[in-house]
Amino acid sequence: MKSFGATMIWAGRRFLSSMPALFGVLVFTFLLMRVLPGDPAVFFASGPNAGKEEIAVIRKQMGLDKPIPSQLLLYLHDVGRGNLGRSIMTGQPVTTDLRDRLPASLELTLTALLIALVSAIPLGVLAALKPGSVIDHGVRLFCALGVCVPTFVSGLLLIYVFYYLLGVAPDPTGRLDVFTSLPPSRTGFLMIDFLLAGDIDGWWAGFRQLILPALTMALFVVAPLARITRASMLVSLGSDFVRTARSVGLSWWRIVVTYALRNAILPVITIAGIVFSTMLGANVLVEKVYSWPGVASYALDALLSSDYAPVQGFVLLMASVFVVVNLLVDILYGIADPRVSIG
Amino acid sequence: MTGATLRHTAWILRGNPLTAIAAAGVVLLILIAVFGPQIVPFDPIASNVSQALMPPSAAHLAGTDQLGRDTFSRLIVATRLDLVIAVSAVGISFVLGAVIGAFCGYSGGRLDRTVGRFVDVMMAFPLFVLAMAMVAALGNRVENIVIATAVINLPFYIRFARAEVNIRRNLGWVEAARASGESHISVVLRFLLPNVLPAMAVQMSLNLGWAILNAAGLSFIGLGVKPPTPEWGIMVAEGARFISTGRWWLVAFPGLALMLAVLCFNLLGDGMRDILDPRMRT
Repeated sequence: MKSFGATMIWAGRRFLSSMPALFGVLVFTFLLMRVLPGDPAVFFASGPNAGKEEIAVIRKQMGLDKPIPSQLLLYLHDVGRGNLGRSIMTGQPVTTDLRDRLPASLELTLTALLIALVSAIPLGVLAALKPGSVIDHGVRLFCALGVCVPTFVSGLLLIYVFYYLLGVAPDPTGRLDVFTSLPPSRTGFLMIDFLLAGDIDGWWAGFRQLILPALTMALFVVAPLARITRASMLVSLGSDFVRTARSVGLSWWRIVVTYALRNAILPVITIAGIVFSTMLGANVLVEKVYSWPGVASYALDALLSSDYAPVQGFVLLMASVFVVVNLLVDILYGIADPRVSIG
Repeated sequence: MTGATLRHTAWILRGNPLTAIAAAGVVLLILIAVFGPQIVPFDPIASNVSQALMPPSAAHLAGTDQLGRDTFSRLIVATRLDLVIAVSAVGISFVLGAVIGAFCGYSGGRLDRTVGRFVDVMMAFPLFVLAMAMVAALGNRVENIVIATAVINLPFYIRFARAEVNIRRNLGWVEAARASGESHISVVLRFLLPNVLPAMAVQMSLNLGWAILNAAGLSFIGLGVKPPTPEWGIMVAEGARFISTGRWWLVAFPGLALMLAVLCFNLLGDGMRDILDPRMRT
């Protein structure tokens, strides 16, 4: 087992090696956004009938009159100082907007991932314990159907069932209903902030809003997780060490959980990392269905109104999250299986 | 196709009933796409306000929407557009990806490294977001949905073709082709590519389902297809306004159409993979 320090140095090196990809993302988004139709200077001007001179002045202020390469340099310089530009829609710096909205998206995505893992791993293990049984076929069917239903359809159908038919879910708009006041913001995660404030009623109100969108997203990703758990458990259960554990009479729980599952978990971690980044993309659809005030719906609104800066900032943010998640997956790998060399 | 090949295919399908059903489903989808507009009971874009928002009945199998248009007819007619978008997008990325990937895997060196970097950068994007940005940049049209879907699929095909060619480039029969005076281009296009095509065809079938979901997702958020054109994604988007007042059929039936189409392609892909490589069966 390597020391903690060595792991950190290795993680730092891995992080640096992903910098070229991030830089590529930056340049690529910049160029892509410059081809977008619509002149942002016109949006910034006082109104639709702003004079030519006024627009020209604004173009100059925004640096849009310079050639593309120097605009790019200017942009890179700004990003280096943590300035992602200003949004035309909200009039705020993009960094502020993203910081305000990121917790909403992360809270939703992480809750969904948690739900997916908590349901997929037992399902996969049960299916692997009795291959060919009713449970196994049930899990296969569920997985095959799960990946085929688009998130926006399952989201809307969940609203129909739980809001319209059963009446147990609240109005599917936003993170909180209008009657509940926001907790003092400490982490930005409502579930945690309410607990810190000791406001149980508020927590319940927030939870009721969160559960349907999280379930929608989880439904879409249970399938790949359950599938890989099943496949990996099958290999692990058929291995020599499980046979040995059985022969010395260890308890069923010990064999399945401590021996087989621990050894089967590596591929599950890998897929969980991939699944997480897919969910970041799927966020756009789920946030739109539930009017969730997250970064994805913010970027979508910006995109539809030719607002460059927020879209660039959003893509850069998503790519960074992606890099960090991949790094975490690699580190978890080392923890889950000390044999994996992380030198 | 000769009689023997047909008999062999039939024999394989008898052993894999699920794959046979999926294949039949795909054939049915194609038939609907071709003959759909001729067989529908109602005009898919003619509105009839007196019949607006009717639940499913014998006359309107899938109910009617806010303008009184027959949802069932719209679903049938939409099949062609949805399939054309998905198939052409996957076709483009298949051809481009196979050729680029094959040359990279064959030649190695600087070309391989440059393309590899580019693919890495693309995979670092949240792909759906990339597609969104591309459609917005190129213009809000159906062709651009096809291009965007093709581009986000491209990295997977490049990687796949590269890996498959790379493991074969030094095999005996490739050496023999080179030794007998074939040019590098001819070795790649006439010898290596045909050998990796079956594996890539499986990838393509699995990918078609994903492409259908992607295109529908884009039109759901208002990119690409515009109303009143019937398309599954946009039908769901239009029906979304009425879901909280209980008009389930406007979302459920287009959703069902999407699900069945994707299911058929996925099952067919899985089945083909099992037939080609039984070790991959899970």
